[in-house]
Amino acid sequence: MKHLIRAIVALALITLAACTNTGPAASPTAAPAQGSGEITIGLVISTLNNPFFVTLRDGAQRAADAAGVKLTIVDAQDDSAKMIAGIEDLITKKVNALIINPTDSDAVVPAIQKANAAGIPVFTVDRGANGGTVVSHIASDNVAGGRMAAEFLCNAIGGKGKVVELQGIAGTSAARDRGQGFNEYMSTSCKGVEIVAQQTADFNRDRGLRVFENILQAQPEINGVFAHNDEMILGAIQAAEAAGRSGIVFVGFDAIDDATKAVQEGKLAATVAQQPDLMGQIAVETAVKYLKGDKVDASIPVPLNLVTK
Amino acid sequence: MMHIKTLSLNQIGTYLILLVILATFALFSPQFFTVNNLLTLALQTSLVALVAIGMTFTIITGGIDLSVGSTAALAGAIAAGIAVQLGTYPGLLAGIATGLAIGALNGALIVWGRLPPFVATLASMATARGLTLVYTQGRPIAGLDQAFTFWGSESWLGVPMPVWILLITAVIAHLILRQTRLGLHLYAIGGGEETARLAGVNVGRIKFSAYLISGLCAALSGIILTARLWSAQPNTGIGLELDAIAAAVLGGSSLAGGAGGIPGTIAGSFIIGMLANGLNLLGVPSYHQQVIKGAIFVIAVVLTGGVGIANKKRA
Repeated sequence: MKHLIRAIVALALITLAACTNTGPAASPTAAPAQGSGEITIGLVISTLNNPFFVTLRDGAQRAADAAGVKLTIVDAQDDSAKMIAGIEDLITKKVNALIINPTDSDAVVPAIQKANAAGIPVFTVDRGANGGTVVSHIASDNVAGGRMAAEFLCNAIGGKGKVVELQGIAGTSAARDRGQGFNEYMSTSCKGVEIVAQQTADFNRDRGLRVFENILQAQPEINGVFAHNDEMILGAIQAAEAAGRSGIVFVGFDAIDDATKAVQEGKLAATVAQQPDLMGQIAVETAVKYLKGDKVDASIPVPLNLVTK
Repeated sequence: MMHIKTLSLNQIGTYLILLVILATFALFSPQFFTVNNLLTLALQTSLVALVAIGMTFTIITGGIDLSVGSTAALAGAIAAGIAVQLGTYPGLLAGIATGLAIGALNGALIVWGRLPPFVATLASMATARGLTLVYTQGRPIAGLDQAFTFWGSESWLGVPMPVWILLITAVIAHLILRQTRLGLHLYAIGGGEETARLAGVNVGRIKFSAYLISGLCAALSGIILTARLWSAQPNTGIGLELDAIAAAVLGGSSLAGGAGGIPGTIAGSFIIGMLANGLNLLGVPSYHQQVIKGAIFVIAVVLTGGVGIANKKRA
């Protein structure tokens, strides 16, 4: 008897939990907007323990509300096993489309193939997949970001002078694309600038410091520096301060907290920021567009934004 | 020597909770109670359940194994690394050997080093995680062939391979606990180590076996996870030990030792797996899911009679 009462209490609690959480997107009886029933999109996010991805989720939720579709979100907690299980659950739930921000580009492949087999279209956000059929990949336009950094740097030093490029880990798409955009702009639209050194510092602050120390030794005159990420540019700023060199314009990438602080303090001239909210929004809009029968591009770049004082 | 009741009141509680959760989800989610989803659920649960089986052995002796998540990650990584270089079967063997080695290390530290199990396995938890990062250089190992991924991604007679492995492991583990001298001695040690020693039980050897079995089970889970992800991920299995302990405790294992069994542990694993699966199907926001899981865990443990404090019988 005692057990029975306890069981009833447990049942009531679970029921309560189930009822209070039908999701903020729509009530279960919301009128279907598309005629043939409500559209549900599953969103699997690598982690909701990182402000970047929380902002991405908020952007996606806003776009889903605006389009009148239901968004079911699964947090993989940076665990590939949880990601796979979450995708399987959403396949079982028969969502109309899956938007995945993978924890890892390899680990997501078997789950994407399961979704393909179930006929559910898959979209990836921010991080791509190394296999399976993906309708579109939505990510920051790093080439445009590199161009943006080059344009800013070019104007800041008056269109002429000596510039250094600190590169990210060789072979990564971020290093390749950011460098491409930067060099394209410099060679076509800012011909007065000479790039006197291009070295890799592996996206790392410590390496940025040491690599830039050496460049400072070799180059008596430097007007500007662009680094493929903020960690390296912050290292370079430290090296310049230690060497007592001033008058150098520094431009970074990513807008991490330390970098936006350095921008406020005037040490860093600018940093290129990704826009996770826009990324989430565009991902949902793309999925909805595709579900309505429109054609979408295989790769959809998300614009970046320059942070200056 | 004491004998164990086959189905205690506590275990009835475990099955009751399992049924209540099952019924609730079946009521609210049309997709939940389908053959397809129940197979998916079994597949997802098999990873935790395998680890929880090993954990049950250590908990029965009054010990604990915190290293299982790291062991699973290291075994999966070494299995994948060797498989890519030398082929699938050397890889699988290397992975299993890794689990046994860490289990043996734990056992040695506890039995001959006289370290408390919590401390010894906490140390190997950190060490094995570190070794995983060293071995993988922090990057996933991909490029496994079909013979390897078969163990995580394919089915036989409609049932996924990990579920078959769980089934076989569970039956063997259950028979060890209920039908062999080793099983009897494990419970005896948990009931009272000194008494067991006086009764002629080789306490050191039996405890050592428990950690060896736990290491083996963790390695199996790690290898299956690698086969399921088609790649070894250096950061998998973080927090797996907590799920495994929770599964064993939900299943009626007493953290004070001397009580617990495989059917209960499997039921406990399914409670955990079912909550994750069902809450996803209902579309419950992920932050809320963690709160609900915690709350249901407490309710369930109270229902199954606590963590062996109230109903602990010292032999």
